[in-house]
Amino acid sequence: MKPWQKNVLYIVVIYFILLLGPIAGLDIPRIIQDIVQSPSLLFTQILVGLINGAIIAIIALGYTLVYGIIELINFAHGDLYMLGGFAALTVMGMFGMEDGAPLGTAILPMLVALLVSAGMCAGLNVVTERYAYRPLRNAPRLAPLISAIGVSFIFQNLGLFWGGLRSFIPIMGNTAAAPKSFPDLLPRTDIFQALGIETKIDFTVKDLTVLVVAVGLMVGLNLFVQRTPAGKAMRAVAQNREAAKIVGINVDQIIVLTFLIGGALAGAAGLLVGLYNNTIVFTMGFTAGLRAFTAAVLGGIGNITGAMLGGVLIGLLSALSDQYLSSRWTDAWVFGVLVLILVFRPSGLLGENLQEKV
Amino acid sequence: MLELIDVHTYYGNIQALKGINLSVSPGEVVTLIGSNGAGKTTTLRTIQGLLRPRQGKVLFEDRELNVVSTEEIVRLGIAQSPEGRMIFPRMTVLENLEMGAFQRRDSTGIKTDMEHVFSLFPRLKERISQKGGTLSGGEQQMLAIGRALMARPRLLLLDEPSMGLAPMLVSQIFSIIQEISAEGMTILLVEQNARMALTVANRGYVLQTGEIVLSGDAKELQVNETVRKAYLGEE
Repeated sequence: MKPWQKNVLYIVVIYFILLLGPIAGLDIPRIIQDIVQSPSLLFTQILVGLINGAIIAIIALGYTLVYGIIELINFAHGDLYMLGGFAALTVMGMFGMEDGAPLGTAILPMLVALLVSAGMCAGLNVVTERYAYRPLRNAPRLAPLISAIGVSFIFQNLGLFWGGLRSFIPIMGNTAAAPKSFPDLLPRTDIFQALGIETKIDFTVKDLTVLVVAVGLMVGLNLFVQRTPAGKAMRAVAQNREAAKIVGINVDQIIVLTFLIGGALAGAAGLLVGLYNNTIVFTMGFTAGLRAFTAAVLGGIGNITGAMLGGVLIGLLSALSDQYLSSRWTDAWVFGVLVLILVFRPSGLLGENLQEKV
Repeated sequence: MLELIDVHTYYGNIQALKGINLSVSPGEVVTLIGSNGAGKTTTLRTIQGLLRPRQGKVLFEDRELNVVSTEEIVRLGIAQSPEGRMIFPRMTVLENLEMGAFQRRDSTGIKTDMEHVFSLFPRLKERISQKGGTLSGGEQQMLAIGRALMARPRLLLLDEPSMGLAPMLVSQIFSIIQEISAEGMTILLVEQNARMALTVANRGYVLQTGEIVLSGDAKELQVNETVRKAYLGEE
């Protein structure tokens, strides 16, 4: 970009913030006043943002892993996560779980739900790769992308159908399309209070559990990719597919593994979101998918740490905008920031443009 | 050890190899010279199983490679330092070398081979934790050869190791190739730098638009009229 173009851009951006900012809730004196009056609210919102961000990050990893390996934006990934939520809810229904069931009896169903939803999503993702994407591996870029959009619709309709199976899952909402209530199983015991610390910050066992599981999954994935032979092979395929073949890596196998891991993470995210928000709906994959995809792009698509960072940033931004700006304008703010960052760093926050030397 | 019998390879509908016959015996250094687009890289890709011949056979120790997967070909003992080096840019030198040994499970053997690679290329040891993409061209070439050696191959395919390197580095790389050959490695060397290639090779083939037009002892090729004019730039 030429310097004068950059200047024009600055002016346009500033103009829009001045003009649209107040409509979209940007009232700086009020925000400062709010924060000063109740600083604990700020910390509570930051926590909410971190947790939602961690869940977004887990979904974003699925986008970034697949993109890194085969340069496909897997638009069906968000909907896969939604199906994970339904699988988890079904397990809850089978165990007869209801709101506030004692933790002792809820642990087993939660673990089973984690295995079932992660397993189902991993399997579905692998099947999708095999039949919807692999046949188009050498087709023009747009073909598998359209294929992914098609799969996304199929998944959404599956979710809608699943929501209608009332006799099968007793605790679901009334109509097929209605949001379903997910049993509230994690205790809402306030951690700071239990420790005898006097604060106004809400931080419950439920928050902590979701956060720990989400962060654990991310750390686990990072270790897998950095340390294990299969993880290194994934990186090798992402960096140079031809060279990976030459050193004897079975590229097809690695692609399957990538879809397997991405799918399992989406399934786990589906369960986590159910446990955290206590409601799931068949359209939630679309919005979550969009945000996760944004997170992946924001962090630098193809970059694992970037996806995590992007997810947490978007979570924080949304939570703070919900509280201090205007919840109706949250998406506008989030995507505005995305546009701004991409204008100045087109490859994302951590996306590297490492050129191979000749 | 390696034999290509009447190999025809295509890129889509474009015929790149028009019936190649070529053989490499154990312990030999054989070079394949020719100008750009003659089919040198295609030949190596066909041997490695990255491209499949539409006609003809690739035999390695009497085993037909036409239907064997690339992973299996690596396991059978063919490793390659590809054209353009193709190192993994965001992996460290150490990780790049480890990837070369991807098919192997003998950790002690891998360790000895790693030491051996470092003794051939002390520069790589100095750069061990540096990312591959930040190395200089010469270092990347050393890494590509080192990575291929990490597979402990019995046949080493080298695709244009001199490409884009300064003359001093070229002679350094070639003296290392001689060193590797002196240790008993069988090498098939593809080069545009015919002069250098023919000095290190035992035998040579001259490839022209997908066909072998000349073959013979490296020393004979060096003095051959056609080769001198077309590939050594002599009058």
